[in-house]
Amino acid sequence: MRLGLEKRDFRSKRMTVLVPIISLLISFLLGAIVLGISNANPLQTYGAMLKGAFGSQTKIQYTIAKAIPLLLCGLAVGIAFRLKFWNIGAEGQYVAGVIGITWVMQFWTFLPEMLLLPVGMLVGVLCGAFWGGIPGALKAQWSVDETLSTLMMNYIIIGYAEYLYINAWKAPRGNMGTVLYPNSAWLPRIWGRVHSGVYFALILVVILWFVLYKTRWGFELNMIGKNRRAAQCQGVSIKRNIILAMIVSGGIAGLAGVIDSAAVTHQLTKGVNSGYGFTGIIIAWMSGLNPFVSIVVALIMAALETGSDALQLMKLPAAMGEVMQGLILIPLLAGSIFTEYKLVVHTNHKEATV
Amino acid sequence: MSEMNTDETLVVRMVNITKHFPGVLANDSVNLDLHRGEVLALLGENGAGKSTLMNMLVGLYRPDSGEIYVKGKLAEINSPQDSMALGIGMIHQEFMLVGNMTVAENIILGMKDLPFVPPMAEIKAKITELSKRYGLQVYPDKVIQDLSVGEQQRVEILKLLYRGADILILDEPTAVLTPGEARDLNEILKKMLAEGKSAIFITHKMDEVMEFSHTVQVLRRGKSVSSCPTNTIKRVQDLANMMVGRDILFSLDRGPYKPTDVKVEAKNLTVLPIGGGKPVLDNVSFSIRGGEIFGIAGVAGNGQQQLTEALTGLLHVDSGNILLNGKDMTNKTPLQVIKTGVSHIPADRGRMGVVGDMSVGDNLSMKKYRTDELSSHSVIKRNWVRKFADHLIEAFTIKTPSQDTSVKFLSGGNIQKTILAREIDSCGGILIAVYPSRGLDVGATESVRQNLIKQRDKGNAVLLVSEELEELLMVADKIAVMFEGRIMDIVDADKASTEKLGMLMAGVEREEV
Repeated sequence: MRLGLEKRDFRSKRMTVLVPIISLLISFLLGAIVLGISNANPLQTYGAMLKGAFGSQTKIQYTIAKAIPLLLCGLAVGIAFRLKFWNIGAEGQYVAGVIGITWVMQFWTFLPEMLLLPVGMLVGVLCGAFWGGIPGALKAQWSVDETLSTLMMNYIIIGYAEYLYINAWKAPRGNMGTVLYPNSAWLPRIWGRVHSGVYFALILVVILWFVLYKTRWGFELNMIGKNRRAAQCQGVSIKRNIILAMIVSGGIAGLAGVIDSAAVTHQLTKGVNSGYGFTGIIIAWMSGLNPFVSIVVALIMAALETGSDALQLMKLPAAMGEVMQGLILIPLLAGSIFTEYKLVVHTNHKEATV
Repeated sequence: MSEMNTDETLVVRMVNITKHFPGVLANDSVNLDLHRGEVLALLGENGAGKSTLMNMLVGLYRPDSGEIYVKGKLAEINSPQDSMALGIGMIHQEFMLVGNMTVAENIILGMKDLPFVPPMAEIKAKITELSKRYGLQVYPDKVIQDLSVGEQQRVEILKLLYRGADILILDEPTAVLTPGEARDLNEILKKMLAEGKSAIFITHKMDEVMEFSHTVQVLRRGKSVSSCPTNTIKRVQDLANMMVGRDILFSLDRGPYKPTDVKVEAKNLTVLPIGGGKPVLDNVSFSIRGGEIFGIAGVAGNGQQQLTEALTGLLHVDSGNILLNGKDMTNKTPLQVIKTGVSHIPADRGRMGVVGDMSVGDNLSMKKYRTDELSSHSVIKRNWVRKFADHLIEAFTIKTPSQDTSVKFLSGGNIQKTILAREIDSCGGILIAVYPSRGLDVGATESVRQNLIKQRDKGNAVLLVSEELEELLMVADKIAVMFEGRIMDIVDADKASTEKLGMLMAGVEREEV
């Protein structure tokens, strides 16, 4: 008996659904092994994490609040990935958004207080869009490899943000962080820790779904992502669309930063590079670039983060949550082969397919 | 001959091979016998099941039922390694060579029983010896990317011989070769046969069957319809009939030649290569009128592709002018060119013509999705797209399970029909077709040609780039011959002869003819 892979004649719909679920389970199994090595009881630990993420109303609220920027970052990355433009710079575009809104909050004092929040949000989104547009333009104009340029752009903006909150924009008191935004310009909370940013995120999911699946632009992005040369022959401008998609992608990542700072941190300070932008890559990939599926994946990722706080109570490092996040992607990437291929068991005369 | 023990000379015997793909019966109880020292031509239209049958022999697919015997023994072939161990090797249409490595490195690449540091001197000596024995003229130290396509093919052959293959399968080997290279291939095959090797070659060209093979087996829609010694075939026409199951129209319906006003005009087009050197397009001028098919002949790679890309806005020209439907469209974007009414059937159907992972319906609407017919205010009208696609599928008889099927699952002929349907439907006076019948079977070729003529008869200007002089002489009104980026001459098709065009294609100037 031997195992082999055979190409499927059609992409399996069943597998497209099953693979993420099964690989999630496998990653929990792998996590159990890691936990076992660290002398922790995996079941107990998972139980504690589950409780830490969903154990009480407050904990559910924390998880949802965390899912909001994650979802937005996942959507942002997903747009670029549709074009096979590997934007790993959502982290930096997020920080650009925070810098943008903080700039308005701090220095645009000539604005009536009512306008501070909307104008701040807009400027933040534009900053994110600008930061995303640069690698887009570099790629379109001079074919600069986007994985490197977007990654490097992260370091530039994170360093600049550090300079701002430690030095240039530092509040008079304390040794880092800007002055808090005026109270009236905070994004209101709607249910405990859950703030109104959730509306922005959910509305954006619907808008993106519509744009990607129902409009001419979505059709063009799909064509470019699946066959760039053919799209070009059909008159679709590759350059224009790469830049446009990166502006939108950066803008959404910027929106994530804007919303989180307007609703949660209320300032630019240490921890602004929260890693949401990188987790967004996992979310985009796991959701198969589908905006609606992204909601579920973002919640799972958020739960892993809030749940891992509970690990410290069990004398385990909180970083174990990050280990789990990393472990989620590996079985998924490995498993996606089964949507295109099927496993074939060769025996001497018969064969069975799975 | 009849006394010969057939069992001993029979090297491959495939019995009752059946293979299903979803919605398609690719092979239906096919039998095939290959004898030692024999060349067997496997003839059939696209989608007839030739490649599927051979892929089962080399372990890329497994039959649903049926048995394969190799050299008298029942064989279990699950992978190309298994088939190689039995002495069977296949040369695919796309070569499996690493461009920046040498011939010798490519030949040993993937061999499992080599020592950690391969004895290169020994290996090269063996390559040179094999190369001499079969007249392959392959040099072990040359780098693959410096070799011509024909030489690369010989490296593929050598790769199989090196590994001890004595049964060679060649998938449309001459499709990429010049006539001279094809003759060399024939010589090489003869030398191999003399040493007791055997070969199967897949083809849909009937003249090759007559020239190369001892036996011809014809497949039609997955079934074997005939197998006989080649020398018993009296007329090529008979083979064609077996292949398609009906008499083929070798003459096409065409109206009288009624040229109207000039629709395409190229003036002194010049394109220089990146990094300098000889121009790829050198001062090219011509014009095409409505109601006219303007053919471009020439050996592939003499600037034809660049010319059509310049006309369609895909390639920047360094000097000269392009006028389309009366407007100056020099160095405009592909979209602007499309909007002046130009349709384009590109040379590379899979890479440029369709998006394989998108549905037939989506591919059919890839030009018109931006018009009011299929969208309003940038939102695509899905139900209109469906109706539109169904209409085109019917009008152009595209064989597909449904319009939601990914295009990549269709046969080459049906992919080309999908492109034709889209481009002809959206055509606004100018149709540019580059190698439109390349690799298609007789039936699909005929349909492509008839469609081009229909466009001409409707008064459109048609530019047809082709490698086949026969096609041009049959379809075109005027024929231009390109050589090294220049147009050698433009002649009326009814006054042209194959000989004269052939001379021009080889770069012999008009005056010398």
